[in-house]
Amino acid sequence: MWKELIKGIIKENPSLVLLLGMCPTLGVTTSALNGMGMGMATLFVLALSNVAISLIKNLIPDKVRIPCYIVVIACFVTIVDLSMNAYTPALHAQLGLFIPLIVVNCIILARAEAFASKNNVVMSLMDGIGMGLGFTLSLTLLGGIREILGSGSFFGFKFVSENTSTILLFVMPPGAFLALGYLVAVVNKLKKAKA
Amino acid sequence: MTTKLLTVSPSPHVHGDFSTQRIMLDVAIALMPALLVSILYFGVGALKVVLVAVVACVLFEYLIQKFLLKVPVTITDGSALVSGLLLAFNVPSSIPTWMLILGALVTIGIAKMSFGGLGRNPFNPALVGRVFLLISFPVDMTNWPKPRLLDFSFVDAVSGATALGKLKEGVMMGETVDKLMMEIPSYIDLFVGNVNGSLGEMSAAALLIGAVYLLVRRVISIQIPMSFILSVVLLTGIFWLYDPSRYADPLFHILSGGLMLGAWFMATDMVTSPMSKIGMIIFGLGCGLLTVLIRLFGAYPEGVSFAILIMNAVVPLINRSCTPKRFGEVLK
Amino acid sequence: MKKKNLESTFINMALVLVSIAFLSSASLAYVYKLTKDKIEVSKKLKQLEAIKEVILPDYSNSPSEEMYKIKIEEGGELECYPAKQNGELKSVAVKTYTKNAFGGEMWLMVGMLPDGTINKVSVIDQKETPGLGTKVTEEKFKTQFMGKNPSSFKLKVKKDGGDVDAITAATISSRAVCDAIERAYKAFVSSK
Repeated sequence: MWKELIKGIIKENPSLVLLLGMCPTLGVTTSALNGMGMGMATLFVLALSNVAISLIKNLIPDKVRIPCYIVVIACFVTIVDLSMNAYTPALHAQLGLFIPLIVVNCIILARAEAFASKNNVVMSLMDGIGMGLGFTLSLTLLGGIREILGSGSFFGFKFVSENTSTILLFVMPPGAFLALGYLVAVVNKLKKAKA
Repeated sequence: MTTKLLTVSPSPHVHGDFSTQRIMLDVAIALMPALLVSILYFGVGALKVVLVAVVACVLFEYLIQKFLLKVPVTITDGSALVSGLLLAFNVPSSIPTWMLILGALVTIGIAKMSFGGLGRNPFNPALVGRVFLLISFPVDMTNWPKPRLLDFSFVDAVSGATALGKLKEGVMMGETVDKLMMEIPSYIDLFVGNVNGSLGEMSAAALLIGAVYLLVRRVISIQIPMSFILSVVLLTGIFWLYDPSRYADPLFHILSGGLMLGAWFMATDMVTSPMSKIGMIIFGLGCGLLTVLIRLFGAYPEGVSFAILIMNAVVPLINRSCTPKRFGEVLK
Repeated sequence: MKKKNLESTFINMALVLVSIAFLSSASLAYVYKLTKDKIEVSKKLKQLEAIKEVILPDYSNSPSEEMYKIKIEEGGELECYPAKQNGELKSVAVKTYTKNAFGGEMWLMVGMLPDGTINKVSVIDQKETPGLGTKVTEEKFKTQFMGKNPSSFKLKVKKDGGDVDAITAATISSRAVCDAIERAYKAFVSSK
């Protein structure tokens, strides 16, 4: 059971190893806080949809399983969207369109199809939380790297003076690709060294 | 520019005396006139920028090859030297040293070594370094010191916009080109290099001398620069005839900005340009078209580096569609 | 060991889909009802804070409730929030926009005194380049408008012959701010 929780964090990390969910990974990680917020929102949806789908998996006829999963996922995403709008309006404004877009994040459908539809509720919950944690971790890491290099701050705490030039490229889209690319390279190198 | 591989045409091959080292040496020699002009106008500061860029590029290549990749060190082939030279030519002489060193790291580390080093890089390394710096530090990268002939003091020169920058700014404010032309340098100044601009792009004359040398030594062929420059002339000519009050004439466009440097020295890089003659012409045309589009309608006043990088990405496609006919192939 | 799924007959599929859709919408309706008030409150609060930021602190009415619309030359309307004390107009906040920003539109809240003198400016919504154009939201840039009356203070960047210090390498964004303030000023003055 713990294995299912751990695997998503490093060994099968969704964005750094499985390379799933690239759209939010590249799009919202302009700061560590944004990355973490997005990761948490995804974690929540992932865990709940995994539980719900593994609960009703035997009731769903095979031919309509994808529409069913999508309706369930969309429902949870909207719940997250509404509650973030109500309780964390600032973060919600920052993440904007990316919250509703969690619906089409491939990690969630992939976990529903590949894991939750074949395993029991507890396992699915563990898998969802693990994958979500892995996603949160890599997004926070990526956001942190981009924020440090691009804005000279970390979680909003600025450690260079106002007039210092920072590497603006890293808070722009090309910086996302560069940072992610080298992060994946490092992860691959580490995995190779281990094997 | 750095990684010159031989153009491989289908066999039979004739053995030539081209080597990477010789080609790189020729390119470096060809860049000397432009370097001299910039030292004349920008003083010792220009020399310092060039030295820092070259040393940093060679050093990064050495460090990455020796310690990170653990492959044979190839700094003696001169490719890192040429990268450094070209990077220095593409920045203003007033650039802070640490930014330049970062640019060298991007040039060698990201644009060249990440792709496997010499000959495997899809994009021109020096241009990647330049664009990285331009996007990251727009303030410092568009702060052009004014040229002052034979002034060797280290005092910070007065800064101003480039001719292209002024023109774009002015046209956006609804002024006519005629009026703006009064404020920007004359064509003679643009030709000899008495203008604001990146270190090595100011003097069209000095760059042309170098280009002729490269042509004579057969390091570059004429197709890319010709189609590049001619397409710029043609396109800007059409716009100029259409509305001379809003668009500058073709002569201005070929003399200003980085067109000469880009067309002769950057776009002709053997690794990142097509192999066949027809491919080279298509490549040049694409560069010209994109340059004009960016200059006239884009957010940046200058588009040569973006144009060449975008066309670099298309090179594999061009190569695939322009393969020379095999000898003895049956016509369909 | 895998349990058999429900068979994919037409009636099964329709039934399952309909019931899942029903359950989802029911739970959504519940969450919507739960969060609706909260969202509205935080939205209003945000707007109120933006208004409060730019108007003079001495007022006794509720500016957001007395909101009225003023017409602008090129068509359309701007929202105007008057701050009054004992029925006397003390200052006003005008929500204004520009379409000439680097990232398209930019929305500003401009606080003015009854004679049109600018009290404070605040950027509510912008899509400028991070680290460059976003500097228009910083105090350093905004304070130069404080206490200036556009009848004597030219709302143009210095490059264009005005009185506004533009941000280096972000002239377009600086110009956009001037444009938006100008729009608010003109609309407010002509509405009097």
